[in-house]
Amino acid sequence: MKPDVLIVGAGIVGSACAWELSQLGLRVLVIEDEAVGGGATAAGMGHLVVLDGSEAEFELSAASLRLWDQFVARMPEGVEYSRCGTLWVAADQEEMAEAQRKHNFCAAHGVRSEMLDPVQLAETEPNLCPGLAGGLVLPDDGILFAPVAAQWMIRDSKAELLRATVARLEGRRAILADGTVIEAGITVNAAGARAPHITPGIPVTPRKGQLVITDRYPGFIRHEIVELGYLKLAHAASGESVAFNVQPRKNGQVLVGSSRQHGVKTHEIDRHMLERMLRRAIEYLPALPQLAAIRCWTGLRPATPDGRALVGPWPAQPGMYLATGHEGLGITAATATGRLIADYVANRPPIFDATAFLPERCFHA
Amino acid sequence: MSAPFDITVVGAGPAGIAAAVTAVESGARVLLIDDNPRPGGQIWRGDWNSGREGDWLNRLAASHVQLETSTAAIDERILDKGRKLILATGARELFLPFPGWTLPGVTGVGGLQALIKGGFDVANKRIVLAGSGPLLLACASLAREKGASVMLVAEQSDSAHLRGFTASLWRHPGKLIEGARLGLSLLGSAYKTNCWVESAQGREHVESVQLRHAGRTWQERSVLLATGFGLVPNTELAALLGCHVEDGAVHVGDWQQTSRPSIYAAGELTGIGGVDKSIVEGRIAALAATGREAEARTLFSDRTTWREFAAGLLRTFAPRPEVLSLAAANTPICRCEDIPLSEVAAHGNWRDLKLATRCGMGFCQGRICGSITRALYGYGPNSPRPPAVPAPIQALLEEREL
Ligand SMILES: Cc1cc2nc3c(=O)[nH]c(=O)nc-3n(C[C@H](O)[C@H](O)[C@H](O)COP(=O)(O)OP(=O)(O)OC[C@H]3O[C@@H](n4cnc5c(N)ncnc54)[C@H](O)[C@@H]3O)c2cc1C
Ligand SMILES: Cc1cc2nc3c(=O)[nH]c(=O)nc-3n(C[C@H](O)[C@H](O)[C@H](O)COP(=O)(O)OP(=O)(O)OC[C@H]3O[C@@H](n4cnc5c(N)ncnc54)[C@H](O)[C@@H]3O)c2cc1C
Repeated sequence: MKPDVLIVGAGIVGSACAWELSQLGLRVLVIEDEAVGGGATAAGMGHLVVLDGSEAEFELSAASLRLWDQFVARMPEGVEYSRCGTLWVAADQEEMAEAQRKHNFCAAHGVRSEMLDPVQLAETEPNLCPGLAGGLVLPDDGILFAPVAAQWMIRDSKAELLRATVARLEGRRAILADGTVIEAGITVNAAGARAPHITPGIPVTPRKGQLVITDRYPGFIRHEIVELGYLKLAHAASGESVAFNVQPRKNGQVLVGSSRQHGVKTHEIDRHMLERMLRRAIEYLPALPQLAAIRCWTGLRPATPDGRALVGPWPAQPGMYLATGHEGLGITAATATGRLIADYVANRPPIFDATAFLPERCFHA
Repeated sequence: MSAPFDITVVGAGPAGIAAAVTAVESGARVLLIDDNPRPGGQIWRGDWNSGREGDWLNRLAASHVQLETSTAAIDERILDKGRKLILATGARELFLPFPGWTLPGVTGVGGLQALIKGGFDVANKRIVLAGSGPLLLACASLAREKGASVMLVAEQSDSAHLRGFTASLWRHPGKLIEGARLGLSLLGSAYKTNCWVESAQGREHVESVQLRHAGRTWQERSVLLATGFGLVPNTELAALLGCHVEDGAVHVGDWQQTSRPSIYAAGELTGIGGVDKSIVEGRIAALAATGREAEARTLFSDRTTWREFAAGLLRTFAPRPEVLSLAAANTPICRCEDIPLSEVAAHGNWRDLKLATRCGMGFCQGRICGSITRALYGYGPNSPRPPAVPAPIQALLEEREL
C-alpha cells in the first residue's frame, strides 16, 4: 500500500517528523540506510538550548524545548535527559554586557534566567578559571542522548522503517539505490547534511564539528557551560572556528566541544582543529588536561547559507517538504520542526510563525 | 618533518623487544615505546634476569634502542617519529560473562598472575581457576607456589581434545608449557577437564563458585575466582592507522607487513600464538624493515612451526557452546555502562547496539564488552577513533607549552 508520507532520514529531525505526522493518522514510511539516530544526531552533544540570535531562532528553540518537556516525560531512562541548565560565561565586561542583554531578552520572553557575579560563578562552577567577569544561567535548558530519543520517536509513531539507501528523492517519489521506486502522498527530505545528494539544489552544506569525551568525573562541571562568544564564532559564515562548550553527561563523563569547519565532508579527526578546540577549553577549565580522554569523534552539521533551517514545502519539487539545515541546533529544534511540518501538511495554523524558515526564501534571495 | 628514527616500535613485550633489538643490531636508529613503566610485556614484565627473557631484556638494556616507557601511542602522530613503524601491541584477556563475573574477587587469570607477581598475597587463600588453556595452569602453579589453596582448576575443553594436544607438546619446550606441565603434576585431582564455571556467588565479594562437570553442579567455597577464556589482540592502534584487521587480528604478509606501507605488525597482534611466535615475528619484521630479507627468510620455518602450534592451541581451547551462554538476562555485559544481557541481545550489529544502549561507550570503549559481543554474537567495535588507549587530554596536544 502506498504510504501517505515518505520520509528520508531517521535522524532526530526525520524521527520527530515521523512522530508528528503519524499523530495526524497518516501512514508514514521512513527510509534510513544507517542506524536510527546514527547520523549527525549520534555525533551531536544533545544540548537542548534556547538561543536568541534572532526572534525566529528564539521562537524555534523555545517552542522546541516546551515540546521536549512533554517528550522526555514519556521516554525511557536511556534518553538520559538532565535539566542541567546552560551557563553562559562572560570573560570580560563586554561579554558581561551581552549576558545582561540576554538576561533582559529572556525576561521579556518569559524564559527564566539568572545573572551570576564572579563570586557566584566560582561557587557554581569551581573548576572554571579565576578572573572571569560573570555569567548567566538558563536553568531550564537541558541535555539528552539523542539517538535514543530518535529511536523512541520512530517506535512510538508506529511508522514503518525501511533500511535502504535513497538514490533520488523527487516530488512524491523516492528512487532507491537498487532502482526500486516508491510513490507516496508526500515526501519529506530529512537527510541532514546529505539532503542535497538526493535532491540537488537544496542549499545545505556540511559543517564539521569535533568532540572529545572523558572518563567519569562526577561534579567536575554541573552545567552545560558555553562561552558567550559562542554565537559570534558559530555563525561566522565561513572558515573555521572553535568555542568553549562543555557538557556534564549524566554518568559523570565530560563532553568537550566545539569546532566548526566548512565544506569538509570526511569524518577524520582534524588534529589542528582538535588542538585549537581543546586549548580554548583549557583556558576556561585549567584542570581539563589531567582528565582522561577516552574517545574523539566528528560529525557533519547540515548548514545553510543564511544560518536558518529549511522547514516547509520545497517549491522546486511539488509534494516534497524539507526538514533539514539546522546546523548546530538540530537536536534542540527537532521537536518544533516535526510539529511545523505536521501543521503545514494538515493545513492548520503553525505552532508559531515560522515564515523565516520556509524554504521558498531560497528563490527570492 | 624529517623522522628522527629509522624505526619506531610500539609495545615492549617479547615481539616488540625482539624487533627493536634486531633492528638496532642492523644499525638502525630505533625508538621503542610502551605504556607500562617497565618493558617486558605481559609475561616478562618485572622479570629481569631469568632464562631466555633475561637474554632479551639484557640485550635490550645493552643496546642503543631508545626506550620510552609510560608512553602510549594514541594516534597517527606515532607515524612522525620514525620512517617505519612496527606494531607489537600484544593482547588482552577475553572475559566471558556469567552470573557474578563482575563481583570483586573475580579476575582474569593473567590479571591474577600479574597481581601475584606484583606482591599480592594469596597465601592460604582459597582459589578457583576456570576457563581454558595453559595460562590457567601457569597461574595455578604460581598461586600454589605462593601458598594459595588452589581448590580447583576447571578446564572447559574436553579430555579427548586435550590428550591430542598434550601429546604434541614435547616438540614445543616453551616456558608456558613447562609451567603447565609442572602445574598439572602439582595439581593432580584439583585439575578437571570438561568442567566449567556457571556462576559466582557472594554479597560484596566472591564467596563461592558454582561449577559443572559431567552433568553435575556443585558449589566450591572460594574467595578468588580467576577466569581465562583466551586472549584478544589489541588492534585499536593498528585499525586507527588504517591497517587491515581481519577476524580480530592485524592481517600481515610474509614480511609481517600490514596493508599500510611502512607499517609492520608482530606478536599477539597478528593472531594469538604465545611468546615464541611473538619473538620470531618481531625478528622477521625488524629484518624485513631493515632490508635484510634473506635473513628474515631463514626464520620462516620457525614461524610456521609456532603458528601451527598456535592454531592447535586455539582449536584445543576454543570455548564450547555452553560457556558462551552462561550469562543470565540480568548479567552485565558492558561493565562501564552497566548494560545487562537482556538489553544487549536484541540488536543485530554493534552500531545499533551502541546507539540504543550506550554499550561500549564507557571507559573501556568496547575493549571488554566488544570482545564479549564478538565472541557471543560475532560483531564488535568497528569504528576506531583516537585515542587508541585512554590518555590524558594533555596527551592529545602537541608537546609544546600549554
Ligand atoms: C559536534 C556536533 C555537536 C552538536 N551539538 C548539538 C547540540 O548540543 N544541540 C543541538 O541541538 N544540536 C547539536 N548539533 C547539531 C545536530 O546534531 C544536528 O543539527 C542534527 O542532528 C541534525 O539532525 P538531522 O536529523 O537533520 O540529521 P542526521 O542526524 O544526520 O540524520 C539524517 C539521516 O538521514 C540518513 N540519510 C541521509 N541520506 C540518506 C539516503 N540517501 N538514504 C537513506 N538515508 C539517508 C542518514 O543516515 C541520517 O541518519 C551538533 C552537531 C555536531 C556535529
Ligand atoms: C594478562 C596476560 C597474561 C599472560 N601471561 C602469560 C604467561 O604467563 N605465559 C605466557 O607464555 N604467556 C602469557 N600471556 C600471553 C602473552 O600475550 C604472550 O606470551 C606474549 O607476552 C606476547 O608478546 P607480545 O609482544 O606479542 O605482546 P605483549 O606481551 O602483550 O606486549 C605488548 C606491549 O605493548 C604495550 N602496548 C599496547 N598498546 C600500546 C600503545 N598503544 N602504546 C604503547 N604501548 C602499548 C602493552 O602494554 C604491552 O606492554 C599472557 C597474556 C596476557 C594478556
